[in-house]
Amino acid sequence: MNTGASGDWQPAATLEVLKLRARLLERTRAFFQARDVLEVETPILSAATSPEPHIESFHTIYVGPGFGRGKKLYLQPSPEFAMKRLLAAGSGPIYQIGKVFRNNEAGRLHNPEFTMLEWYRPGFDHHALMGEVEELVTTLLGDRARRTKTEKLSYAEAFEQHAGIDPHAAREEDFAACAKKFLVRAPDTMTPHHLDDWRDLILTHVVEPQLGKDRLTFIYDYPATQASFARIRPGSPPLASRFELYLSGMELANGFHELTDSDEQELRLRHQSLERKHHETGSVPIDERLLAALAAGLPDCSGVALGFDRLVIQAADAHSIDGVIAFPIDRA
Amino acid sequence: MATYSTNEFKSGLKVMLDNDPAVIVENEFVKPGKGQAFNRVKIRNLKTGRTIERTFKSGDTIEAADVMDVEMQYLYSDGEFWHFMNPESYEQLAADKAVVGDNAKWLKEQDVCQLTLFNGVPIAVEPPNTVTLKIVETDPGLKGDTSGGGGKPATLETGAVVRVPLFVQIGETIKVNTRTGEYLSRA
Repeated sequence: MNTGASGDWQPAATLEVLKLRARLLERTRAFFQARDVLEVETPILSAATSPEPHIESFHTIYVGPGFGRGKKLYLQPSPEFAMKRLLAAGSGPIYQIGKVFRNNEAGRLHNPEFTMLEWYRPGFDHHALMGEVEELVTTLLGDRARRTKTEKLSYAEAFEQHAGIDPHAAREEDFAACAKKFLVRAPDTMTPHHLDDWRDLILTHVVEPQLGKDRLTFIYDYPATQASFARIRPGSPPLASRFELYLSGMELANGFHELTDSDEQELRLRHQSLERKHHETGSVPIDERLLAALAAGLPDCSGVALGFDRLVIQAADAHSIDGVIAFPIDRA
Repeated sequence: MATYSTNEFKSGLKVMLDNDPAVIVENEFVKPGKGQAFNRVKIRNLKTGRTIERTFKSGDTIEAADVMDVEMQYLYSDGEFWHFMNPESYEQLAADKAVVGDNAKWLKEQDVCQLTLFNGVPIAVEPPNTVTLKIVETDPGLKGDTSGGGGKPATLETGAVVRVPLFVQIGETIKVNTRTGEYLSRA
């Protein structure tokens, strides 16, 4: 990161990369236009936000007509909730390319403000949507994404293949032994109560670097505890109809066969909200408008969010997100 | 005791790790989109010099190490300790063999070295990058050979042995790179 003052006015990305970025945006829009998917825009400033445990929203205070004393508004970490309201209102297939904001995230592959491509497909399950994600990404990246046939692994298969562990059955001591075997020194603050932290540790340190080598790798069927807003299929273990896309060890997209049961959705939101209270980050208001929309009826659909900056990283062979953004946070 | 959160991690930050002072060499933020964030850190133990990898959960805190680097002039060695002086305050500090280690062979009286102090006590001594030392012993070499192609060992006044060109002789002073141990030029 450049911290010197003198050169800071200049863009971090080269003009060549910025032109490539513009071309990729054009081709993305053409892809969806050809498929009759409607481009939409939803608010960046919103009264509610996602209560998901590992997502921190920025907020600001709106003062103006009707809100003389100020109203807290959240900068959206994802356009998901608003887009679901459009779906419930009968929009049909929709996509959006827009800025999203996540506090507490900065690094080689993270900028607190980034560009998300998100789209929803009524009538698709998560496997059908994975197919469309593959088509889009290979259209945009060409040979980079299809040197070898696209790989599809269940979450369990990915862990078994690359870490030699069953992520659904493993207990804390099993994850700890696995970390040790791969020379990963686990943080001292890990606890047996949060097995998903252990899964994330093994995923990020051991499994992810092996995914998407010269091809696209989809991971699907996540532990029910990581369902977020995906539907859960009962069974042993119960599995969430959720997927992620990887290329060159980098997470590019996350998708769900969306939960449409509004009661279940409300339970999850309230549970997440409650969980947040135990964190220092505090609770956030429940999006009652989302719940009302779901109660009115969300069509059976799948949705996916793709980190557009990361797609540009792949297309440009850049080392970091700073290389594909005109003004990353330390120059913003 | 001061602490740092993972958000303050950056290379050069001095922290306590396993009860030893250490310096962060590299810090990488990793986070699954929907999951727990981690900081993968390469960190060097300032006492042993060993670099290891550690992972922290983002938000974890780590104790700060009271470590600072000071420039001090090397005075003399009494055989057991090497004595240094702060040229401004005239304060003197002594470092033992375990701290000075192999760098003893580059220490010339009055040269300014960098001392790393932990709680005020030296834990590392860095000689200047380049030192000028006199040759006290070397093979006279073949007369007339000035190509410098082969080179020969030379013992310097501090006891260090370096390879020098054949034309360099006893009694001459030379410049040596202390990081690589290589001859640079005649002084």
